[in-house]
Amino acid sequence: MNGQPFRNPSGGLIDRARPLSFTFNGRRHAGYAGDTLASALLANGVRLVARSFKYHRPRGIVGAGAEEPNALVQLREGAATEPDTRATQVELFDGLVAKSQNCWPSVGFDLGALAGLLASALPAGFYYKTFMWPASWWPTYEHHIRRIAGMGEAPRDRDPDRYDYRHAHCDVLVVGGGPAGLAAALAAGRTGARVILVDEGAALGGSLLGEQAVIDGRPALAWVEETVGALAAMPDVLLLRRATAFAYNDHDMLAIVERRFDHMASPPPFETRQRLWLVRAERVVLATGAIERPIVFAENDRPGVMLVSAARAYANRYAVRAGSRAVVFTNNDSAYGAALDLARAGIEVAAMVDVRPDGGEAARRARAAGIRVLAAHGVLAAHGGRSVEAVSVAPIDGTGRAAGRAERIDCDLVCLSGGWNPAIHLFSQSGGRARYEPAIAAFVPGTSVQAERSVGAARGSFALADALAEGLAAGATGAAEAGFGDGAVPPAPGIDRAVEAPMRPLWAVHGVGSKRAKRFVDFQNDVTAADIALAVREGYRSVEHVKRYTTLGMGTDQGKLGNIQGLAILSGLVGADIPAVGTTTFRPPYTPVAFGAIIGHATGADFDPVRRTPMYDWHVRRGAPFVNTGLWKRAQVFPRPGETVLETIGREARAVRTSVGFVDVSTLGKIDIQGGDAAELLDRLYINNWKKLAVGKARYGIMLREDGMVFDDGTTTRLAEDHFFMTTTTANAVRVMSMLEYVHQVHWPELEVHMTSVSEQWAGVAIAGPNARNVLSRLTSDIDVGNEALPYMGCAEGTVAGLPARVFRISFSGEMAYEVNVPSDYGAAIMDAIMAAGEPFDIIPYGTEALNVLRIEKGHFVVGPEADGRTTPDDLGLSGMVSKTKDFIGKRSLSRPALTDPERKQLVGLLTVDPGERIPRGAQIVEDPSHPLPCPMVGQVTSTCFSPNLGRSIALALVKRGRSRYGERLYAASPVAGRTVEVTVVHHVFIDPKGERLRV
Amino acid sequence: MLLIRCPHCGPRNQDEFAYGGDATVKRPADPASASDSEWHAYIYVRDNPRGPHEELWHHAAGCRRWIRVRRDTLSHRILATGPVHGPLAEEEGR
Ligand SMILES: [Zn+2]
Repeated sequence: MNGQPFRNPSGGLIDRARPLSFTFNGRRHAGYAGDTLASALLANGVRLVARSFKYHRPRGIVGAGAEEPNALVQLREGAATEPDTRATQVELFDGLVAKSQNCWPSVGFDLGALAGLLASALPAGFYYKTFMWPASWWPTYEHHIRRIAGMGEAPRDRDPDRYDYRHAHCDVLVVGGGPAGLAAALAAGRTGARVILVDEGAALGGSLLGEQAVIDGRPALAWVEETVGALAAMPDVLLLRRATAFAYNDHDMLAIVERRFDHMASPPPFETRQRLWLVRAERVVLATGAIERPIVFAENDRPGVMLVSAARAYANRYAVRAGSRAVVFTNNDSAYGAALDLARAGIEVAAMVDVRPDGGEAARRARAAGIRVLAAHGVLAAHGGRSVEAVSVAPIDGTGRAAGRAERIDCDLVCLSGGWNPAIHLFSQSGGRARYEPAIAAFVPGTSVQAERSVGAARGSFALADALAEGLAAGATGAAEAGFGDGAVPPAPGIDRAVEAPMRPLWAVHGVGSKRAKRFVDFQNDVTAADIALAVREGYRSVEHVKRYTTLGMGTDQGKLGNIQGLAILSGLVGADIPAVGTTTFRPPYTPVAFGAIIGHATGADFDPVRRTPMYDWHVRRGAPFVNTGLWKRAQVFPRPGETVLETIGREARAVRTSVGFVDVSTLGKIDIQGGDAAELLDRLYINNWKKLAVGKARYGIMLREDGMVFDDGTTTRLAEDHFFMTTTTANAVRVMSMLEYVHQVHWPELEVHMTSVSEQWAGVAIAGPNARNVLSRLTSDIDVGNEALPYMGCAEGTVAGLPARVFRISFSGEMAYEVNVPSDYGAAIMDAIMAAGEPFDIIPYGTEALNVLRIEKGHFVVGPEADGRTTPDDLGLSGMVSKTKDFIGKRSLSRPALTDPERKQLVGLLTVDPGERIPRGAQIVEDPSHPLPCPMVGQVTSTCFSPNLGRSIALALVKRGRSRYGERLYAASPVAGRTVEVTVVHHVFIDPKGERLRV
Repeated sequence: MLLIRCPHCGPRNQDEFAYGGDATVKRPADPASASDSEWHAYIYVRDNPRGPHEELWHHAAGCRRWIRVRRDTLSHRILATGPVHGPLAEEEGR
């Protein structure tokens, strides 16, 4: 630790009673509560904080806020490490650890700086031109380029912190807690409107924190304190500090990231580190301030070159001298007040270099204070290496060209003010177009598109009096528009207005010096004025193209400092006005946002909701592993000790065919349909006929999409003349419900019918196998389960195991089967009852794997593998189901030429020539495996399994003209599995093709 | 995120809704007598206008009603909303 040589003994808004210790690049330093990492580094005399992206040039701190392009640091260590944090916005805490990124092995000795010596070999577009040939080598080049040009390290471990989301509504959302924003919030808050005030800093006050302004004859910070106190006392005003509104979305919804505990080493227990707010506002006030811009000259990136406003903030807010001897270079009045502040803080102001011939009243006052003012002068070049040591200053003409002999002035601090850019990022994101304002040589908000108003510096009104007046007016008006107050604007506090001389646009100084000197426009991406000139020479004209070719403004700072200089230089080169060359569109986020905040709590187990059937715990108790089907957890198998998974599947599937098994089918979609036109609606939805279905009978149905492709299938039962119970596939339950509502509400609202999803109201179990009836009959006394009373496709209501139940004689496995539905609370009870009743028959529960094997053996298509959105009923061998006497959704499409093409793929079964050989999943069907590539493919395997009941491999496949190929030898080729299997085409129903087992 | 005024529920966030496409396309009254090209147009052909567009939205996480929304595809401004069959109510603001 040392004594913070650049810290003043008094002044500033830091708390000297709370010293903090931190480590930067392995060295321990001291700071105070209230510091940022940047101010603490400067207090300790640390000026070299980074190496530049492309040339690895030494870089120092340029700004004091969100605009900082250089001082990007890797903050914290281990799992909590975070790259690309701006040292200017990192609040210092005790024990903070940070390091420079983009330098290796150290910021002082950097091998990549060799790139700087080869700089002439690295012009704009260099990577595109050099490394794209041969194209196949790019990944190799990229690997090495990325190593050199790293932008920090992503953490490798799981983020130890937690994040959350908040949704909020308000009448007036104020973005920015500077003078304009505070005034707006105050005026709106007084009306009783719900107000949210957002500011990215820890302290409210904005620019007032770094200046020494006077409001109502008192220090401005007294007004800030009073205003914040008044706001905090209003019950409907929410003050969000350390919160950045980073996106202005449609319909006045703003996204705000609140860094709740980033200012501490780690969040307190059970607290989230950051919170993402989504705020829908009736009215929005954008008081986002302005960002000062540098002026381009030779070697303008030397550490010690910074914005005037930054040096001023370090002096006033943090009591830190950013250097000992300063040259201030400006084209406007604002720098003069800052120069006086610097002098008061003990920095020797060696010269004020003003590009204007006459700096007016401000210049006179500076001279009166003993400061040397060089009018109509410019800084041609900075000198020095790891720190600026001197500048060359010379008279310049109106175009920024040196017009006289240069003078060398020693200094270790160069402060720049090339004017101010209103922070119009959120305005631009809201859809508004910026307008160029020549008086300030900057883009300002144009016409509002959404319900926002820009005020103060954000709209180009840089005077404090204007900012306060505009803020008060926008707050009062916004509240009135949202229904609060009468819109009367409170009186503005008294401000002394200075007489200002106009600024004079100057973007770059053209010196005479070395040709190799670099003049940086975009510090973060190492884009120079020469790069822009090269792009123009190579034919680029559009600002959007120049941006992408040179990477101007493409860094994490989105060109907050360099964009307009680049635009101005481009406009000069192509001979067009700045507004004609255009501006670039700002996109979210305003400053980088951690993925953790965007993801919120939706990570790990909370990534998606989990749906568990009423039998879930029952399955868990039996050690079943689960498989995800959409959001559902379904039991996959019920293994016995010592079994392999394949053995379990085989045992379960055999048990169903030889005795009895039962399976949880609760995930099926279930829709209750009632009304006089219920049958009519089903007739219009399903491809088969429904009106004549008897009460108490079920029928299998298929639905198409309107384009004729199979959409879903399931059984639907008529419970009463006007009451049906529909089942859908698990995957399509939600989509079928929406489709029912669509066809009813959009196509045929005249139908008298209502539908309700009852998927979660019923638990379902299928009892399947030759002994299914024997098991069920032991569980019910009031339902006759005999083949005559309850035949295949019959339905009965009564009690099963003493529980209210519906019993459907339907089958997916191809065996005699009953599906028992009970209210979902009884899901576990019915499983226990069936297990007990089935004991004499060695009943077993089975999972989705055996379910799938059984249906493949039976040749049942399923939605997904076979009905993949490209198959018609005829493709699946079901044209016999298609009604010829009525219309239904998708029917007209079935007669379109492409859907009647005889070459279409049709569902078939496949047997391996070698019964033990497995057919690879996803294999393609080919006629001649020795055909040279590309090999014509005639189909694909859709489902494949080893059939334990047939003792051989089987598969379902979709094959061109498949039904005319029974007996034909084909090949299932899988380049993925690296195997080609010889197969024979057969009918797709492998077991009980006549369906006799169903009906016994 | 859009704010959509459901005629049955009031203003709700877009994430409660599912998009349902062009509301002006009508299913042919008698599909069997529609020509291949008429049917093809009904199934596949949609305009992609720049400006006002009348479209269907399903208030899936709300009242489960399909509604009609006139939306400016350029500005995302919602100009009017209403039931599928019935008059649209003009919106102000947003
Ligand atoms: Zn609704």
